[in-house]
Amino acid sequence: MYQSISASDKRFKILEAHIKKSQHRQDALIEMLHKAQELFGFLGNDVLRYVAWQLKLPASRVYGVATFYHFFTLKPQGAHTCVVCLGTACYVKGANQILAAVEEHAHIKAGDTTPDRQLSLLTARCIGACGIAPAVVYDDVVTPRQTPESTLQHVRKWVAP
Amino acid sequence: MTHADLQQIKERELAGRKKMVLRCCMAAGCMSLDSKGIKERLEKALAEAGLHNDVEVIGVGCMKLCCAGPLVQADPDGPLYTNVTAENAPSIIAAIKGGRSALEQADPQSPFFTQQQSIVLANSGLIDPERIEAYIAVDGYTALLNALTELDPKGVVETLVSSGLRGRGGAGFPTGLKWGTVAKSPGAKKYIICNADEGDPGAFMDRSVLESDPHSILEGMAIAAYAVGADQGFIYVRAEYPLAISRLQTAIKQAKRLGILGSGIFESPFNFNIDLRIGAGAFVCGEETALMASVEGKRGTPRPRPPFPAESGLWGCPTLINNVETLANIAPILRHGAEWFAGIGTLRSKGTKVFALAGKIQNTGLIEVPMGTPLRTIVETMGGGAPDGRQIKAVQTGGPSGGCIPAQHLDIPVDYESLTTLGSIMGSGGMIVMDDSTRMVDVARFFMEFCMDESCGKCIPCRAGTVQMHHLLEKILARKATARDLAKLEDLCDMVKHTSLCGLGQTAPNPVVSTLRFFRHEYEELLQDEAADPNAAGHDTAASPVTPAI
Repeated sequence: MYQSISASDKRFKILEAHIKKSQHRQDALIEMLHKAQELFGFLGNDVLRYVAWQLKLPASRVYGVATFYHFFTLKPQGAHTCVVCLGTACYVKGANQILAAVEEHAHIKAGDTTPDRQLSLLTARCIGACGIAPAVVYDDVVTPRQTPESTLQHVRKWVAP
Repeated sequence: MTHADLQQIKERELAGRKKMVLRCCMAAGCMSLDSKGIKERLEKALAEAGLHNDVEVIGVGCMKLCCAGPLVQADPDGPLYTNVTAENAPSIIAAIKGGRSALEQADPQSPFFTQQQSIVLANSGLIDPERIEAYIAVDGYTALLNALTELDPKGVVETLVSSGLRGRGGAGFPTGLKWGTVAKSPGAKKYIICNADEGDPGAFMDRSVLESDPHSILEGMAIAAYAVGADQGFIYVRAEYPLAISRLQTAIKQAKRLGILGSGIFESPFNFNIDLRIGAGAFVCGEETALMASVEGKRGTPRPRPPFPAESGLWGCPTLINNVETLANIAPILRHGAEWFAGIGTLRSKGTKVFALAGKIQNTGLIEVPMGTPLRTIVETMGGGAPDGRQIKAVQTGGPSGGCIPAQHLDIPVDYESLTTLGSIMGSGGMIVMDDSTRMVDVARFFMEFCMDESCGKCIPCRAGTVQMHHLLEKILARKATARDLAKLEDLCDMVKHTSLCGLGQTAPNPVVSTLRFFRHEYEELLQDEAADPNAAGHDTAASPVTPAI
């Protein structure tokens, strides 16, 4: 069954190559999940089962690791992402107001994706950009010294009110 | 690779240097403000001005004054341009030719810079972190070479012991003692781990060191491996730091190419390899036993100690775990000697400490000061105090495991013991300044929410206790709590502190305890009268509507 998956989807082929390169080492599980998420955008059941099968690990162990770490997401993400940093420096400079503004504008809560799959709103514990707080990451680009207004300007491009 | 080869690389590097060097900050903060584009424009402007034979532009690590980035400085002590944009490039080049520049500048003689003493950050902002030759040109890897050729492993440990270096991850355990324990542990296979899982919100020292001077970490790890008899190292770095990861990958590749990592290093029988392990966003993985579980590819949950990692760590083998900043101190100590290092700092806290200065303060950025520097010097003289004419109310150190030091105690010297007497901790080096607009109960709630989310769920006091404490803090903030709730909160703080399995739970109450100690009135102002509370008559008001996650 898994051979047929990797034959039909090129991404599984790439993942398989990485697993081979790591010599199917079970301690490489987290690395392989990183790779898988990079390829697929999220970790669906098929991907998790495939990794478990390749590393000869119980599916429960793979699922346990995937759900333990915040970085892994088991749901598909929107076309764009907006990550509001909620580290201490950003927080004391009003990051929670930024988050509230986006939540209100896009009618979603942190961690959710808009129904049209255009925007995923996420939060980060601290991205280490405290010198330029409050920071927001739009589609992987860290943007310094944000305000609710400047954030909405960005988000409006993706989500109509 | 021999001593002569190192020397040759150094001389070639120095000979190839142009008359003037323009340094452009390429750390994550400035990169987010397009410092890469600025560097390209500077190079173009140089060529147009016909100066490209005399002047070169290099990308360097963190230049420390993050709030004024992107930063560009002309060597050796030329003007330090702040808030640079790509459009400023021609003007900077014109200034080199002798013209006057109207661009914004920072004074390199201001206290923010002059009060610093750089050991860990000695190369930060000066050398190109992506070229091993630049590190060798500042005598990089000579400490490793000397250790391998002139000292036995025991000698290295002894040097560390007499230097008085203590772990920079927060707890301050003597590094030499730790190394000695791992060295003495029996076992053919030993491991070294560099803990680069800088999880404290508001801390970015380790990120800056990794981005600015990755080779210093590799050198420190190799020396540590030689001292304890390990041949494999791991750097556990968080996924949130992509730039640090890529620079470490580059550095490891370069060191392997030159034979500084691998087999028979410097023509000695010493073998050592380093692999990267990327975290996946779990704060608890900063705890050493959880970190080891994560390196093994498992859920990052801690386990009871003993056995300590020094006896039984990764895959049951003796393992040495050191923080990034600790490892960055190793090569300088071996290069300059233990006495030199022991001469800096206070009686019990030696050397310097790097702090990430952030929050409500004029000059945010990275500072490195001798241990024992008064907190007031850091936040007022160097940091410039609170912006917008406001007053500093408290300084938070140690992240979610630390506490808030109120303004009346700003004269405290910053060292391990003094901070503990005030109920805070040195921590890894995050320093968040809060002004008079900050509500301390809200700060306590913020950190409790953090600990609640990050609790791994293995032990009940932490898993359920943080939920209950968070609920009580929410209740206080909503002005729905009574004095009984506050008493309950204090009880819970005590219980969670003393019964949790690992450092996360044991220190989770600290932000509450420390704000209660100095800002109790802010809690009490939010309390309701007992009489007005409908639940007061015999009911336990702390019984939470939130089902504890047991």
